[in-house]
Amino acid sequence: MLEVSNSDAISTATNLQWHAKDLLDTDTLTPEEIELVLTTAEAMHEVRSRPVGKVATLRGATVVTLFYEQSTRTRASFEVAAKALGADVVNLTASGSSVEKGESLIDTIRTLEAIGADVVVMRHGKSGAPYLAARHTSASVINGGDGTHAHPTQALLDLFTMRRHVGSLEGKKVVIVGDVLHSRVARSNLWTLMAAGASVTLCGPATLLPHTLAGQGEHGRCDVTTNFDKALEGADIVMALRIQKERQNSGLIPSLREYIRGYQLNARRLQIANPGALVMHPGPMNEGIEIAPDIAHGLGSVIEEQVTNGVAVRMALLYLITTARAR
Amino acid sequence: MSFERLLGPDEITRTIRRLAHEIIENNSGTGGLVLVGLLSRGYPLAVRLAAAIGEFEAERPPVGRLDIGLYRDDVTQRSAPAMIRPSEIPVSIDGATVVLVDDVLFTGRSIRAAMDALIDFGRPARVRLAVLVDRGHRELPIRPDFVGKNIPTALVQSVDVHLAELDGDDGVYVVSQEAAHA
Repeated sequence: MLEVSNSDAISTATNLQWHAKDLLDTDTLTPEEIELVLTTAEAMHEVRSRPVGKVATLRGATVVTLFYEQSTRTRASFEVAAKALGADVVNLTASGSSVEKGESLIDTIRTLEAIGADVVVMRHGKSGAPYLAARHTSASVINGGDGTHAHPTQALLDLFTMRRHVGSLEGKKVVIVGDVLHSRVARSNLWTLMAAGASVTLCGPATLLPHTLAGQGEHGRCDVTTNFDKALEGADIVMALRIQKERQNSGLIPSLREYIRGYQLNARRLQIANPGALVMHPGPMNEGIEIAPDIAHGLGSVIEEQVTNGVAVRMALLYLITTARAR
Repeated sequence: MSFERLLGPDEITRTIRRLAHEIIENNSGTGGLVLVGLLSRGYPLAVRLAAAIGEFEAERPPVGRLDIGLYRDDVTQRSAPAMIRPSEIPVSIDGATVVLVDDVLFTGRSIRAAMDALIDFGRPARVRLAVLVDRGHRELPIRPDFVGKNIPTALVQSVDVHLAELDGDDGVYVVSQEAAHA
């Protein structure tokens, strides 16, 4: 008898189900739920690779993107993902909507529900805003980034990208460098990476590090350091975060030049990491500041792939959340 | 709950060999033939069928696998969709004779979904349907071209197919809930 290749792909042990109404952060996800998202995303990735990368699964469902902060990739990625599944998409931004007339978040979210929104993808400058919204609507809320708190879909697409390149994250070393303190990407990544068993090193100037996170983690582990060269030793994956220029004015970093000297991911530093280490960045990049252009577009860089994979991962989440609503 | 075994390992093997002969006869050989198994249990059956066809003819047809989860007609209405897995068809199906392979044919809704899924991969010249078991109770105008065994069942019964690749053993069972006594 012939062997059936890749038995995982046809495994029938699929008692896994998505139950949550909302996706607000990754800290509440079990390793099994993360696995479910990643497996579903693999199927969506296959759909996107077809000549016509579109199915009609969610026809009749309405997805609203509600963005109080500017965004290119997250908003566009969700819109493409929803359309690739056949859902209808309505895009709202704070400017040009009744938010400008002073409509409150709760009234806005209730209005969207009354219009027939099944899923609201929300980005807001205030940490916790999607939690408030989720409490006041029966529509599903997906956090597309809230203040300095969480960005769960980014973390899941990062994990998906890592897994496609390095396989299991168990025991792998991931270095996240930059303004970790104000980074919702770093925070959400920390939970998924530790759930996956990776060892995470958060690195940056002392003023931009959340020192309380050091030593945390039950499964994986988290270290915090200000020494980037040292952090890179044995690293399998290096993720640079965008340094917001406002930080300079607020006195948290002495100057961009100083920051570049200590924390720019460049060719010399990448040599310290393990050979073939992955280079990642959630975008948008400040090339020449937190990352050198030759590294951003170099061999180990999967930065553009992160964006492509983002569509597949968001399709998976929209699919799981919408079908869970029907149950 | 009671189980009645209708096919054992040897019978399944013989049935697959007969189906392989029928497919070859119907297609006048293996030219342009592609087998596509539905996940989960149609796929290992398609792999076995292809191996049997390869034994009888010079050529073993390519085998693909199809997940129909995204094409179901009840996704936003009811019941838990199983986990979605990547589909994979290793060759172009444009102009090919595609034989869809599944374990049990019941309402026909899975096959309807499978045809939708298949069409997203290309335009086959013809699509045939091979099933190990036809248990009746069709809800759509779909009929199989190659049938391993017709098993008339009551709606309250279910048919369980075990395949060694997934379940560790080969067997076809009819499962009956304890009948409310007559």
